[in-house]
Amino acid sequence: MAGKIVLCRCEDVTLADLEHSVSRGYRDIEEVKRYTGFGTGPCQGKECLAAVATQLAILTRQPPSAIPPFTSRPPLAPTPLRVLARDPGAHRFADDPEESEQKT
Amino acid sequence: MNPVLDDEEDTSRADVSGEIRLPATLEGAGPLPASAEIVIVGGGVVGLAIAYYLAKRGLTNVVVVERGYLAEGASGRNGGGVRQQWSTELNIRLMQESVELCRRFAVDLGVNVWFRQGGYLFLARSADEVARLEKNIALQNRCGVATRMLEPRQALAIVPELDLTGIVGASYNPTDGILFPWPFLWGYARQAAAHGARIFTQTPVGGLEPQKAGGYVVHTPRGAVRARRVINATGAWSPKLGAMLGIEIPTFPIRHEICSSEPLKPFLRPMVSELASGLYCSQSMRGEIVGGVTIPGHASTYGMGSTLEFLATYARRLVRLMPILGDIKILRQWAGPYDQSPDGNPVLGAVPGHPDFFLACGFVGHGFMMAPIVGKLYGEWLTGGPPHEIFSRYTLARFAGGGGGGPHSDKEDFNIG
Repeated sequence: MAGKIVLCRCEDVTLADLEHSVSRGYRDIEEVKRYTGFGTGPCQGKECLAAVATQLAILTRQPPSAIPPFTSRPPLAPTPLRVLARDPGAHRFADDPEESEQKT
Repeated sequence: MNPVLDDEEDTSRADVSGEIRLPATLEGAGPLPASAEIVIVGGGVVGLAIAYYLAKRGLTNVVVVERGYLAEGASGRNGGGVRQQWSTELNIRLMQESVELCRRFAVDLGVNVWFRQGGYLFLARSADEVARLEKNIALQNRCGVATRMLEPRQALAIVPELDLTGIVGASYNPTDGILFPWPFLWGYARQAAAHGARIFTQTPVGGLEPQKAGGYVVHTPRGAVRARRVINATGAWSPKLGAMLGIEIPTFPIRHEICSSEPLKPFLRPMVSELASGLYCSQSMRGEIVGGVTIPGHASTYGMGSTLEFLATYARRLVRLMPILGDIKILRQWAGPYDQSPDGNPVLGAVPGHPDFFLACGFVGHGFMMAPIVGKLYGEWLTGGPPHEIFSRYTLARFAGGGGGGPHSDKEDFNIG
């Protein structure tokens, strides 16, 4: 295959990287995620998962339906710590300052 | 960018038709061999490290069975910290050796694990916590670990982004560090396989059948394998495997959550942790801030779900400690199980009345950093070397009578984070 085919733009994972992963025996979509790093960037797989799964199906000679998506992880979209820190559900430790003192 | 610097990069790829030219680290869908000298149950870092050291020392008839995918359990879910700041002499000395093995890992195993010795900085918010750190530091110094107590302003010199409000002291050891957990597993797996060990994923153990002449038949959905010895390296699931033989292992699973941020330009050298909340965070070589916090009082569970409570608590504590991180975005959160032992120490060695069944569990969330040295010592012992003292001190027998320890059981009280 000539040229460089990018499957995951966030982490710059190519078709060649996927082929290498499969050649090592890392063929489960979860193993492929960890071995190549695909789907671990800002989009968390929203853009690349289908492309990788399709190519993985071809490489491992499985029907696409045999390859489930990897476990999706919260949050739904990248979320600033400052926003999360204001959530009222946070556990309060004995030394946590009162609300008026919290600088966030 | 792919972190793995494989030396066979250009020759080992599959071609586009799916033909595989070189042997893979992991076995495909084939059956198990009929017999093995040792079957290791659990393809996490502990089991794979043991397999590697056994095979490297010539005991190549080793089979590893992993119930899920490689790195599915705690080995693929931890923060990658490697430290020597512990509260007992044995754990300090073990971790000194583990750090040395981590330093050599890339050369010895042929995989870049991004090991970076940026130190560990523990922050105290009370006089009691300072006293606890000082007691540990005295012991660490006697063992040759150069941990030192810092005034808050000295901690600021190491991490200028800290808000010192409420911080009264810190301990710092510059040779502690972090690594990237996944390549560690690939390195052990690949080299164990290269030496002849066979690694089967998606292979849960359904039963262990003791044989009259010793050993076991290990039953799995893809066939049975006769083993002269079995090693239980299943982490938080170790009590379940023990129960198949009527062995009661008094460890239990505790879910710990963790999260990762968007990547940032490198700025944070040490792992930073505060005793009061178990908050910890470090910057990986990928630039992400990886960290967690310990919310007390959670029930024992095998669940690996994620909670907003965790994310909110982590964010609240971290932004309080390092306000500049407030605008940093969290990309994902996940969870993994600690194998909690009654005295905070691992459970190793043979089981009384079951001389062919060995334990390598109970690591309380720190099995990753202990795996290199425990794997090496297990490999030496089961290939005819003398047993290290961990195999007589960290035994299951120390819990006999329901207590948390016998005369040789020091309680490890520094399982922070």
